[in-house]
Amino acid sequence: MATTDVALHEAFGQKEPKRVVNNMSIQVATVNGSGSQSSNTVLLRSIFQMGVPVSGKNLFPSNIAGLPTWYTIRANKDGYIARKKEIDFVIAMNAETAQEDVMSVAPGAAVLYDEPLNLNKLRGDLIFYPVPYDKLVAPVCPEAKLRKLVKNMIYVGAAAQLLGIDMAEVEKALRKQFATKVKAANLNLAAVRAGFDYAATNLTKQDPYFIQRMDKNQGMIIIDGNSAAALGCMFAGVTVVTWYPITPSSSLVETLIDYMKEYRIGPDGKATFAIVQAEDELAAIGMVLGAGWAGARSMTATAGPGISLMAEFVGLSYYAEVPGVVWDIQRVGPSTGLPTRTSQGDILSTAFLSHGDTKNILLLPCSVAECFTMAQDAFNLAEQFQTLVFVMSDLDLGMNNWMSDPFEYPKEPINRGKVLTKEDLDRLGGFARYQDVDGDGVGYRTLPGTEHPAAAYFTRGTGHNEKSGYSERPDDFEKNMERINKKFDTARSFVPRPELITSGKSKSKIGIIAYGTSHWAIIEARDQLRDEYNLEADYLRLKAYPFSREVHEFIEQHDRVYVIEQNRDAQMLSLIKLDIKPELVTRLRSIAHIHGLPLDARSVTDELTSMEGK
Amino acid sequence: MATTTSTPAPKVNRIGLTVLDYRGGKTTLCAGCGHNAISERIIDAMYEMGVQPERVIKPSGIGCSSKSPAYFMSRSHSFNAVHGRMPSVATGAMLANHKLIALGVSGDGDTASIGIGQFVHLMRRNLPIIYIIEDNGVYGLTKGQFSATADLGSKLKTGVVNDLPPIDTCAMAITLGATLVGRSFSGDKRQLHSMLKAAIAHKGTVMLDVVSPCVTFNDHEGSTKSYKYMKDHEEPLQDISFVPAFEEINVDYDPGTTVEVTMHDGSRLRFSKLEEEYDATNRIRAISRLHEAHEKNEVLTGVFYVNPEAPSFIDMLNVTEEPLATLPESVTRPGREVLEQVMEELR
Repeated sequence: MATTDVALHEAFGQKEPKRVVNNMSIQVATVNGSGSQSSNTVLLRSIFQMGVPVSGKNLFPSNIAGLPTWYTIRANKDGYIARKKEIDFVIAMNAETAQEDVMSVAPGAAVLYDEPLNLNKLRGDLIFYPVPYDKLVAPVCPEAKLRKLVKNMIYVGAAAQLLGIDMAEVEKALRKQFATKVKAANLNLAAVRAGFDYAATNLTKQDPYFIQRMDKNQGMIIIDGNSAAALGCMFAGVTVVTWYPITPSSSLVETLIDYMKEYRIGPDGKATFAIVQAEDELAAIGMVLGAGWAGARSMTATAGPGISLMAEFVGLSYYAEVPGVVWDIQRVGPSTGLPTRTSQGDILSTAFLSHGDTKNILLLPCSVAECFTMAQDAFNLAEQFQTLVFVMSDLDLGMNNWMSDPFEYPKEPINRGKVLTKEDLDRLGGFARYQDVDGDGVGYRTLPGTEHPAAAYFTRGTGHNEKSGYSERPDDFEKNMERINKKFDTARSFVPRPELITSGKSKSKIGIIAYGTSHWAIIEARDQLRDEYNLEADYLRLKAYPFSREVHEFIEQHDRVYVIEQNRDAQMLSLIKLDIKPELVTRLRSIAHIHGLPLDARSVTDELTSMEGK
Repeated sequence: MATTTSTPAPKVNRIGLTVLDYRGGKTTLCAGCGHNAISERIIDAMYEMGVQPERVIKPSGIGCSSKSPAYFMSRSHSFNAVHGRMPSVATGAMLANHKLIALGVSGDGDTASIGIGQFVHLMRRNLPIIYIIEDNGVYGLTKGQFSATADLGSKLKTGVVNDLPPIDTCAMAITLGATLVGRSFSGDKRQLHSMLKAAIAHKGTVMLDVVSPCVTFNDHEGSTKSYKYMKDHEEPLQDISFVPAFEEINVDYDPGTTVEVTMHDGSRLRFSKLEEEYDATNRIRAISRLHEAHEKNEVLTGVFYVNPEAPSFIDMLNVTEEPLATLPESVTRPGREVLEQVMEELR
């Protein structure tokens, strides 16, 4: 059982409730399209500004307006920012889900609710705070049609009062949220104050949850993964972006458009980039290939269904050796699946995307900071190895707000790979496009437009020889395929290395392998395993496919290795199986998590301890 | 009247290259295939226009037509892409380097069936590209199935009759926004030659549907894409001649019977022996004339529509003069102060 639960049970029923400080999960249940996103961001930022580590996760429907949506804010003094399974403080604004919202929380939780919903009759083991939102909103918002939106700011004020969040911080967060829209900011601030004042006068604090000022967030930023990826791409020198809108990737390109318009227009007013919304994902990836072939740093962003559509072109890129970057912001499949829920379900299909023998480089960011750095890695690797590189983000990372240290300016210069210029050709006289001159499997290429009679070569997906001439000869085909495989092996030493996290004390027999956003639940679960079960687990966080030698060594050093991932079929475990010695395969165990909510530590701890027979 | 055929071709063109500099590999298409004649016309037109071969890219799709870029202009980069998706590859390449001259080769199957989606959107954008459909009404590489440009009632060798109406790629291209649209015949050397030269001078999307008989699968009695059928039914809309901007030849012409259109680069496209009142700059007239041709069972050829001044996709994107592909890091990576400013805004 979680330490928080213990604290809760002790707290409830006592005369002087025990204080639970900077350790809670707040869930706001609203209707989508009601402006609650602004309210929730203000609440999140207020806690962040109080110096308390915090994360916010939006659980929203595939719908524009009128369906239930939940936003979960976790504040945690120890820095745990994964989703927490238990909810401690419910803000119930949606009549449709209110009953279920209340029935599903653990005893002792607090419920701040819209008075007419009469939720206090439902259970006797919770603490209820009714607020008459409609009565409060009328005086602060004379314009009736705005009331639906402004109403949601009232709960921010009431919650701030109950939790002890400084009103000055709320106002600062609100002013930031509305930026230049001073009138809107003032209107919303009045609503926040109305909620705050109502709570101060009419509600008696009975729950144990408090936010108290800390100093853990000094200098930190809040950003979502898609915006971080967009920034990373801009600083990676992207020049051509072609895309087709799909949740949850659209905001990556939309944010990129904003940044590029601001920072990548030359002094002559001309753009140093081209961004094109294509007619579909097939065209988006085709344009990426055309642009990469002609020398641009080109990219697209998509999700699982788009990845499926791109399959044929991906094979062409692999075999004709054309660079480009694809962001896959993974969501729940198969088919349309749960388009607004998070997943790591595209790992296997993307690793081998296309027909014939194809293997693609995957990068696996776990944080907004890695979205920024891996954007640069992706473009460098794509041009170094003349192939597509896939960055496997997910909805949780891409669309939710995360705290982070500020991003560091790129240390390495841009690597454009092996490109021969006119001057090189003058010196060499000619070249063979697919010849392994350097022994790393990577040939030299020229760009169209290079003014040398020997610059041109014929790019094709059909069989070809070293000189890129058409060939159906078995030996040409085999040699070429082996060379392309060699590139993949070379890439093992150039992709980001996995991160090893150990206790540093005794050698553990248990290992955990995970990647991407699962990381945040794993670091918390490792502490739970140690504190509650006296179980030490070493942890290897993967950052890329192909795997480097560290992955093999880690499995060799542990008796049992739990591969934890957010898909049903143990997709990364399957990839690892193909890479390791057969006798090591039996050491692998799968912990799968597939319901579309971000992974939480408790689920990992429970599953792992049960498999360990604890 | 100035026709290019009246002046003998010099041994070298205006940039000092011989016609051999525009040659490609040996063709592997069937002897007599219309596509080979089209390759020859491309070589001649590029040579006479003095186009630097290294500036040309030859994207293509999949099929017999799309193999043909291997058989002309070996000094130009080629990209034999996937079936029906040449437009996106060409678009990407032109975004990367707008100084390139794109000559895309597709077929009727590649364009009008599997590639119709990308074709439609390419036409909408008015990307600078010459898009040639080598149109024989059948799938050659898979041995003779009907394509979507096959005429109603046209018969396969096996006796199968086509009972679906054809897609008129020219009418579609004009409707959607292409700015130089015409149809020709691989056997009409003079007309195709002039049209290709005008295509090279044009800024924007050129769509040329060139009927190109398949001698192996669609050149028999009952086919409407055979040499014989074309010789009997081709109905040229006008006589076309082209005077490039770099030629100072001024030959008088009768404005009563000849219409001249000045291209973006100053070249002149001349139409004579016109059908009464046909105006190739009138989009609506062009579309209705194509529909009339279908009613009359004519294979209308010629330049149906031209708009030399419409903004191209590259103009609309407002990109730098220097190709995006080769911009230096100093231009593509913003400075430290930009990152610091963005970080400050996120605090």
